Amino acid sequence: MANTLPARDVVIVGLGWTGSILANELTDAGLSVMAIERGPWRDAPTDFPPNAAQDELRYRVRHELFLQPAQTTFTFRNKMSQTALPIRSWGAFMPPNGVGGGGVHWNAETWRFLPSDFVARTHLTQRYGARFLPADMTIQDWGVTYEELEPYYDRFEYLCGTSGTAGNLRGQIQPGGNPFEGPRSRPYPTPAQEQPFSHTLFAEAARKLGYRPFPQPSGNLSQAYTNPLGVRMGPCTYCGFCEWFGCANYSKASPQTTLLPVLVRKANFSARTECEVTRINTDAAGQHATGVTFVDSAGVEWEQPAQLVILAAYTIFNVQLLMLSGIGRRYDPVSNTGVIGRNFTHQTISDVLSFFDPAKFIFNPFIASGAIGMCIDEFNGDNFDHGPHGFVGGGYMGQVQTNGRPIESTPVPPGTPSWGAQWKQAVRDNYQSALQPGTGVHGSMYSYRDVYLDLDPTYRDRFARPLVRITMDFHDNEIKQNRFLTDKFAEIFMAMGARQVEKQYRKAPYSITDYQTTHLCGGAIMGADPHTSALNRYLQSWDVPNLFVMGASAFPQNAGYNPTGTLAALAYWSADAIRTRYMKNPGPLVHA
Amino acid sequence: MHASRSAVRARLAVCAVLVLLASLPSLAGAQAVPQGQNFALIERGRYLTALADCAACHDDPVSRRPFAGGRPIQTPFGKLVAPNITPDTSSGIGSWSDAQFDAAVRFGRLPGGARLYPAMPYLYYSRMSRSDTQAIRAYLATVAPVNHAIVSNQLPFPFKIRALMHVWDALFFHPAPWQNRADRSAAWNRGAWIVEGPGHCEACHTPKGWLAEDQHARALQGYVTQGWFAPDITPNEQRGLGSWSVEDIEQFLQRGHNRLAAAAGPMGEEVADSSSQMRSDDLLAIAMYLKAPIAAGNAGAGQASRSPLPADDARMRAGAAIYHDVCSACHGLDGRGTPYLFPDLTIDAAVSARDPTSLLRVALIGTRSVATDPEPTAPAMPGFRWQLSDGQIAAVLTYIRNTWGHAAEPVSIDQVTVMRAQLQRVSTSAE
Repeated sequence: MANTLPARDVVIVGLGWTGSILANELTDAGLSVMAIERGPWRDAPTDFPPNAAQDELRYRVRHELFLQPAQTTFTFRNKMSQTALPIRSWGAFMPPNGVGGGGVHWNAETWRFLPSDFVARTHLTQRYGARFLPADMTIQDWGVTYEELEPYYDRFEYLCGTSGTAGNLRGQIQPGGNPFEGPRSRPYPTPAQEQPFSHTLFAEAARKLGYRPFPQPSGNLSQAYTNPLGVRMGPCTYCGFCEWFGCANYSKASPQTTLLPVLVRKANFSARTECEVTRINTDAAGQHATGVTFVDSAGVEWEQPAQLVILAAYTIFNVQLLMLSGIGRRYDPVSNTGVIGRNFTHQTISDVLSFFDPAKFIFNPFIASGAIGMCIDEFNGDNFDHGPHGFVGGGYMGQVQTNGRPIESTPVPPGTPSWGAQWKQAVRDNYQSALQPGTGVHGSMYSYRDVYLDLDPTYRDRFARPLVRITMDFHDNEIKQNRFLTDKFAEIFMAMGARQVEKQYRKAPYSITDYQTTHLCGGAIMGADPHTSALNRYLQSWDVPNLFVMGASAFPQNAGYNPTGTLAALAYWSADAIRTRYMKNPGPLVHA
Repeated sequence: MHASRSAVRARLAVCAVLVLLASLPSLAGAQAVPQGQNFALIERGRYLTALADCAACHDDPVSRRPFAGGRPIQTPFGKLVAPNITPDTSSGIGSWSDAQFDAAVRFGRLPGGARLYPAMPYLYYSRMSRSDTQAIRAYLATVAPVNHAIVSNQLPFPFKIRALMHVWDALFFHPAPWQNRADRSAAWNRGAWIVEGPGHCEACHTPKGWLAEDQHARALQGYVTQGWFAPDITPNEQRGLGSWSVEDIEQFLQRGHNRLAAAAGPMGEEVADSSSQMRSDDLLAIAMYLKAPIAAGNAGAGQASRSPLPADDARMRAGAAIYHDVCSACHGLDGRGTPYLFPDLTIDAAVSARDPTSLLRVALIGTRSVATDPEPTAPAMPGFRWQLSDGQIAAVLTYIRNTWGHAAEPVSIDQVTVMRAQLQRVSTSAE
């Protein structure tokens, strides 16, 4: 029997980027908000003091900032015919934990998706014909357009102070920016970061090959910035400890450095940390959420009643809570019915290692930031004619090497022994002159009928709830896409003067142990049709109108970019709909 | 029988209600006006209560209940605990008359005639008027009464003998009505009254003698209190606010941050509880006064100007290297920091302060600046005591005190050792 807490107007599950954005918007609207966060409270200066935090072993290798699989995990299999097993150490992705969520440990690559990404099925069908798409590919239009989201992308970028060079200002292509991006209403709030040597060299080579390189939009700031809430940020010091780490130089945009200082001063905002939500409660008919049930660190169960429930956890946890709460019909790939768990996607990443003459090239790879880099977008989305290539999708690619940290920055030429004196000598010889962009080819992953989430029949968590089961494999479309992009990418390093390149193609089967990105998407997707989407275009549950579900779980498929800019824009878009329409007339914002 | 018993019960109930009502402070005859009715008086009192920063000592530090008392105040003579000044009749001041309240605030007299210790800044509050204290009293009568009994006097013998304060008052306390200076503007006079009166800036910023009395000749030239050095806030160019504009001072008091510096420690509390609540015209008045005080000896401060240590001094060379390694990421290679975020070490008054207590403290255990509505960021500095030795901290502080135009006394290794030991004894929570 749960202890019942005083009711709030709003309860938010998860206090990462989207939870913080919604909390700030809804408290501004006068609502009382309680945020419930599974992990600990985290604050920039106390948790990541600049003189203590940058420890690659602690944060990168031992995953300090992430959920620990002993607390909860997922099971995984490639094929529906296989038996899934639990993940016991994170590999392909890293579920965040704690206040700030992924916003604490991200690289701060702050992209917008292409206008055509939001109407993927319509656009590709019109251009190439319906038969060009694989039969089992389940991509959809989002139900929202780039033009509708533009003001909300803008809000997030100005919240973060994003550093970049505009490529398309109100329809006018700008020199030095990404010419393929959708029109933006104003420039980035701060100029692009300075680019180190290798990144500059990559851009020169790309230009010679006929591409139009541009700096990666960065949430690590090129200069001091004060955001519209009055929160101050400082200039990035290019220390190269962004991804996996928190930043206490106040240089990396995170909820801690942009939103929380304002939020914690509000009397109508409260948060409970180290409390895990176990269920969204509904009325007897299952059509109205009454709040959530959570368990605190002492194991005591509590009920937090609320008028409005905002689900703002990591992708898989959003889907899991919907499934365990019986909200929405669960997806069944065999009958191709139901929506919860459908269109689950990740990313198609590959890399090219390149080796230069140490006598001529000293790259100083440790001078970097998490979103440093010069990129090209010629092979992203539908920016090129896919007709001759027999696949759809694409990605940006670039020299986006974000660090020269000692444990992982040991690229050695192919053929070098993997240990011993020769390996050590090769590391020494190549540290300054080898390039390892990390997520150099950042490709899309489109959705398929047999890639999905459901509940595992065997494995359970400490509350005896079934774990989420991931069924995921690469399909030929993505493998072809990656081969094409990786080859194009390697050409640029050859043009830079590399003596040797090693193409590390992404191969099937999908590996759960090899880190790609933490960009899991889908499972509770938005759309125009309740038969094929869990949420309407405002991220409102079709089934329970006082439940809104934030995050990349709403993406019908994943584009060739990092997702944070888009999921934050969607959060602002949804918050605006709640404030201007839902609060006046609570109920469905779209009638199916 | 039955009926008469219930009649008795009803009469008893009425009596009980009357007794209860009589015990409420609003009906006890203490106030000249019915409680909650005289808006103008209460509002004036609320503002004066903020000016006088009563919350600094009297808010309950544990429960945060306003004015419920309980905050320990460390004095050179021992510990005092701020009493409960809510209108609770048993543990607060609900049963005091307005005259008793005025006597305590302006004259340091408790009901019955006992003396207060000057930790209660009645020296400065005596520059308020009777109508000021009446307004404060009217406001305090509106706050929630809290039953929270406090033993204020926790001083050791012989200081715990309150009668000693008769002597102290006779020596150092000569209350006189506030007089505006006719040769100065109204704004300057207002600033002077706030600084010397309710704002009680001198309580921290003026050096003290052996008996904790103010050394008026050195008014506002800085003093160590509560483990911090309250810096020189005279217009002195080298040690004080000489390079701060009137607007810099106003912003610092209002926002807790300006382009040069940030408020932390006890000054951070002052900003949060008091000066951030003040009106802009009052803050400007304070700034005008601080830039042009009347007290003799302030402007020149009577200090011979020093030359900086030479750059090839071993401490300077080591300090420069340490600065580049561990400080420059935020404060910049040029020491200029980032306005409103990382203090400008080339101008920050704390850097070249006569007494390096605050610098030592911040370098060893770090600190967090105050958050205000216009400046919510509250950036922090990490502590370095786990990372730097006493010699290294002495070197880097000596370096910043003798670079960028500063020429302040070097910091010795012994000073670091002593401060490290002192801080070991107090909370490590700032780290």
